Amino acid sequence: MNEPLIIKQLSIFLENKTGRLTEVTRLLGKAGINLSAFSMAESSDFGIMRVVLSDPQAAKKLLTQNGFTVTLSDVVCLFVPNTPGTLSDALLILSEHNVSVDYMYAFAMDDLARVIIRPNDIAKCVEVLQHSNLKLMKASDMYYF
Amino acid sequence: MQQGKTIGKTTNLTTMIWNESYECMGHEELREVQNKRLRTTVECVYHNSPFYRAKMQELGISPNDIETIDDLVKLPFTTKTDLRDQYPFGLFSAPMSEIVRLHASSGTTGKPIVAGYTRKDLNIWSEVMARTFAAGGCNRNDIFQIAYGYGLFTGGLGAHYGAETLGASVIPISSGNTEKQIQLMTDFGSTALCCTPSYALYLAEAVHDMGVQDKLKLKVGFFGAEPWTEEMRKEIEEKLRLKAFDIFGLTEIIGPGVAYDCSAQHGMHINEDHFFPEIINPKTLKPVKKGEVGELVFTTITKEGMPVLRYRTKDLTSLLYETCSCGRTSVRMHKIMGRSDDMLIIRGVNVFPSQIESVLLEFGEAAPHYHLYVDRENNTDTFDVHVELRPENFTDDMSAMLGLAKRIEHRILSVVGIHAHVKLVEPRSIERSIGKAKRVTDKRNLY
Repeated sequence: MNEPLIIKQLSIFLENKTGRLTEVTRLLGKAGINLSAFSMAESSDFGIMRVVLSDPQAAKKLLTQNGFTVTLSDVVCLFVPNTPGTLSDALLILSEHNVSVDYMYAFAMDDLARVIIRPNDIAKCVEVLQHSNLKLMKASDMYYF
Repeated sequence: MQQGKTIGKTTNLTTMIWNESYECMGHEELREVQNKRLRTTVECVYHNSPFYRAKMQELGISPNDIETIDDLVKLPFTTKTDLRDQYPFGLFSAPMSEIVRLHASSGTTGKPIVAGYTRKDLNIWSEVMARTFAAGGCNRNDIFQIAYGYGLFTGGLGAHYGAETLGASVIPISSGNTEKQIQLMTDFGSTALCCTPSYALYLAEAVHDMGVQDKLKLKVGFFGAEPWTEEMRKEIEEKLRLKAFDIFGLTEIIGPGVAYDCSAQHGMHINEDHFFPEIINPKTLKPVKKGEVGELVFTTITKEGMPVLRYRTKDLTSLLYETCSCGRTSVRMHKIMGRSDDMLIIRGVNVFPSQIESVLLEFGEAAPHYHLYVDRENNTDTFDVHVELRPENFTDDMSAMLGLAKRIEHRILSVVGIHAHVKLVEPRSIERSIGKAKRVTDKRNLY
């Protein structure tokens, strides 16, 4: 039941070197893989690019073959109305149930905000959010291959 | 012995020769002294050091085969590995009841190199350091600020006893605490500074930041324990307004004072009446032709505590045999031109790439791919270790990734003794080479 709500996010290890990010996007674009969302976590020496894309398995294979170091991790995509206070409500529910957030990234436009969340406990996170009548995106809506 | 005799020189410093009878001894007479001292040393180690007796027996030689310095080539070499294997006291030729001092070099692969000195050895050491300081124009009227580290490191105490033997006033401040260094330098009117060349540059900048350069009374500085360039010499001389002298030494032989600059500063005079130098081809181990570059090898011919036969320094240089314009007849060595092994000296600590490799092996790398970058910024050596990330070690968790780099840094610190900046790089991003991998980029241009 919970399975289709868990989205596979691809994380890519990138050295802080010009051209690496370009190479990633070039390869994915050429293979017809679309990026739905991404964020960059950076340190002074390297970065981790986290991407939600149309075909995570194919992207993983493609990038690995081209010498990139990648890993898949589980995230959820939460919909909240694009109005003040809604994110706070959602986060309060998570913290009340002892689910903590490792990281998240989001974008809001028109009526809806979409929030990618990487929680410490993915199964519990999905369960808690579902019980609170918050809407999660189905993995199948994210992947179109 | 006429000590401290002034001879006429054209430099603006009053140049003295501390021990003219030895430092200016005629070649033949000196050779006789060396022959005799070598025979005594070989007798001593053969009868008192099981290590050397076994080595000589292996080569089928006995002390009877060693008549003159020319017979040196028959003797076995000693290497750093031998010293490490004999840790701690296995190479001593004197009983512990005769040993009055122990020093140790910065540990390389785990165990440090230990040196033991008898009372006579300490006197020799003080003598050669007094020669060094006198050659820089110093005498009993000078005030010496010894900013080498005191302790197991030979720099501090070696310079200390040498300056006291000279009769100078000694400030045993040791290394570090730059503000205090400068305060005493100005308040006490230090005229001679002893420290590493990189620390001298650091001090120079601090002096300028504090704007106290006009209050300094420094005349000379004696800088050693790490390689430095002519450009550094010029910079130190300009900024601290002193004349900078190079000193060469190593714990295995005695510490600082093996060789020293005179006012001519054209090669360092080797105290060859105590430490006899050879230059060998590091591959064939045969002596090179006179004046050619090769590996510097020393045999101590007066030490009692830990005499060493044909110690391979791994330093590359050449020797100058002509009599120097300063009047000294002793052989001179050029600045060290490089290493015959891959040892790096970073912030005064000996570092072998193999040590870094052994640390990376601990982190699960069967054949680690890494590259070491050494540079100098603000007069301090920088040390960067680039390590290829293994795909199976990659996680999406940034703090875990940073933690991995930190753990490698901690391990390097505890194994090598210095802080390295570990940078995780992408797999297969470090250049692969066929044959011997080039693991090091040293941008300091020290040689």
